[in-house]
Amino acid sequence: MKHNQATKVYDLKKEQRRAAAVMVTPLLITLVLLFLLPVVLVLIMSFTNWSMTTTSRAYVGFRNFLFVLNDGRFWKAFGNTLFYTGIKLVVDTGLALFIAILLDRKIRFRRFFRIAHFAPVVVPITASSLIWLWFYDPGIGPLNQLLNLLGLPSLQWLYSEKTALLSVILFSVWKGLGYNVILFLAGLQSIPESYLEAARIDGANERQVFRKVKLPLLAPVTSFIVMMGIINCFKVFTEVDVMTPNHGPLESTLLLVTYIYDQSFTRGKMGRGAAAAIVLFLVIFAFTMLQRILGRKEVSFE
Amino acid sequence: MSKHLRPRYPFTTIFLFFSAALMIFPFVWMLLSAFKTPADVYNYPPKWIPSSFKFTNFAEVFKKIPFVRFYANSICLSVVETVLQIWISAMGAFAFAKLDFPLKKKLFAFMQSSLFVPEIVTVIPLFLLAAVAGLVDTYAGLIVAELNCAFTTLLLFSFFQTIPNELVDAAKVDGCGYFRVFLKIVLPNSKTAIGTASLFAFLTHWRSYMWPLIITNNVKMRTLPIGLKYLVTETNSEYQVLMAASLMAIVPVLVVYMFMEKEFVQSITLTGLKT
Repeated sequence: MKHNQATKVYDLKKEQRRAAAVMVTPLLITLVLLFLLPVVLVLIMSFTNWSMTTTSRAYVGFRNFLFVLNDGRFWKAFGNTLFYTGIKLVVDTGLALFIAILLDRKIRFRRFFRIAHFAPVVVPITASSLIWLWFYDPGIGPLNQLLNLLGLPSLQWLYSEKTALLSVILFSVWKGLGYNVILFLAGLQSIPESYLEAARIDGANERQVFRKVKLPLLAPVTSFIVMMGIINCFKVFTEVDVMTPNHGPLESTLLLVTYIYDQSFTRGKMGRGAAAAIVLFLVIFAFTMLQRILGRKEVSFE
Repeated sequence: MSKHLRPRYPFTTIFLFFSAALMIFPFVWMLLSAFKTPADVYNYPPKWIPSSFKFTNFAEVFKKIPFVRFYANSICLSVVETVLQIWISAMGAFAFAKLDFPLKKKLFAFMQSSLFVPEIVTVIPLFLLAAVAGLVDTYAGLIVAELNCAFTTLLLFSFFQTIPNELVDAAKVDGCGYFRVFLKIVLPNSKTAIGTASLFAFLTHWRSYMWPLIITNNVKMRTLPIGLKYLVTETNSEYQVLMAASLMAIVPVLVVYMFMEKEFVQSITLTGLKT
């Protein structure tokens, strides 16, 4: 009897292993093919003069990294990315929090407001950016006509190095605002009513409930949104590529990802592109680690 | 008292109306402008209502680019990619959640670490691999590189964990194999989770931009986002034609979204906050 049970347990273990082998293998294949192999290759490539136009694949040591770190365009792209990230983060997070707080109130048309704010998130970026290309047209764009109507001078929008990146950011805020509104709203609504009730019983007015209870409890969601926002800003590609396919006037909309793309695919210098990609990865990795460390202090409602 | 419970916020409502109008304005502009004539476009002061509601701009889109082909490409690719991705993810997530096997923890960590690497890093070697394998300008090439399963696996894993082990054990006692347990017990009990993960995956693929841009040269292989990108140069920025194309790309998505608003929001809160 005892022996029997032991073999049964053993059989079960064996069966689990066999089932797991079958079920995990496809996943492992995709991971090896799309993650492990590319990462190893990109590391190798970054130390070679790999190029799309020639067949030379010689080892060049750290030359690609030195090239990238001494390249004015790289630092321009880095600066632009920081500028993009800074402005977008402040405007986007601030506005999203504000709108989420308003949407959290018991008001009429709430469903309509939610749908309206989230609509730009769901449509394809390339499709909606076509609309904004027209908005930004210096000659027949409605934005300039609006400015003139208000007695203000026209702007060159995407066609001036002063405003091109800001124009992309404005589009980007419109497109992404709803996403953070939803996250903030989820954060606000996950605060248990009992906490708010307790504060009210203790004599707090609505303003105090908001400032002393809701806002502090929203801190983890906010830090998460900010950190993810930074990481996502460093990865921005689609909207800048559609709105300013040639990196804007005087390359004023050249961002890190567009720089890497330009090196690797437009110029065919894949070694340099790989080195720049690794630098970008390290920057993003540092932010991710920071987020993990800060995220440890998660507030739990359970 | 009842006033305290259901306070009215007139300024909140007014502000939200204003900001909602700003968010929707581009869509309204697109909707009206898709019917405008070139004369309407260049009119000053700006003409809001098109002078006629003819479909010439739409016909122009179909004349300039194989729009139907782009659409079909996008739909077929997104569907195939989503089905494959969710199938692979669900099987893996089940194994991680309910089965015991060697190296489980290490493999799980390996999978998680793949989430740290941005697309631009892997896309350079992936292009070379695809070129060597002869996958440039093929559907296989478009599909394979998009099967990033790590995130959806994690999502499904956290859900499968909440399915009681007793349910699995009971089915085992009844003589089911693990694969049958997965098919007959786990999948039917996780319709919401599968739905959320599928919606998330579908939207990711539907919007995918960088990889299709790199891997396609042939116009016929383009997806909708890539086709729209090149339409700008191909029409010499004829805005009314761009608006007609944009409208055809946006409206179906908006209609689906309005009917499935709850699911969309859920897919954001579940995927957004759990990483």
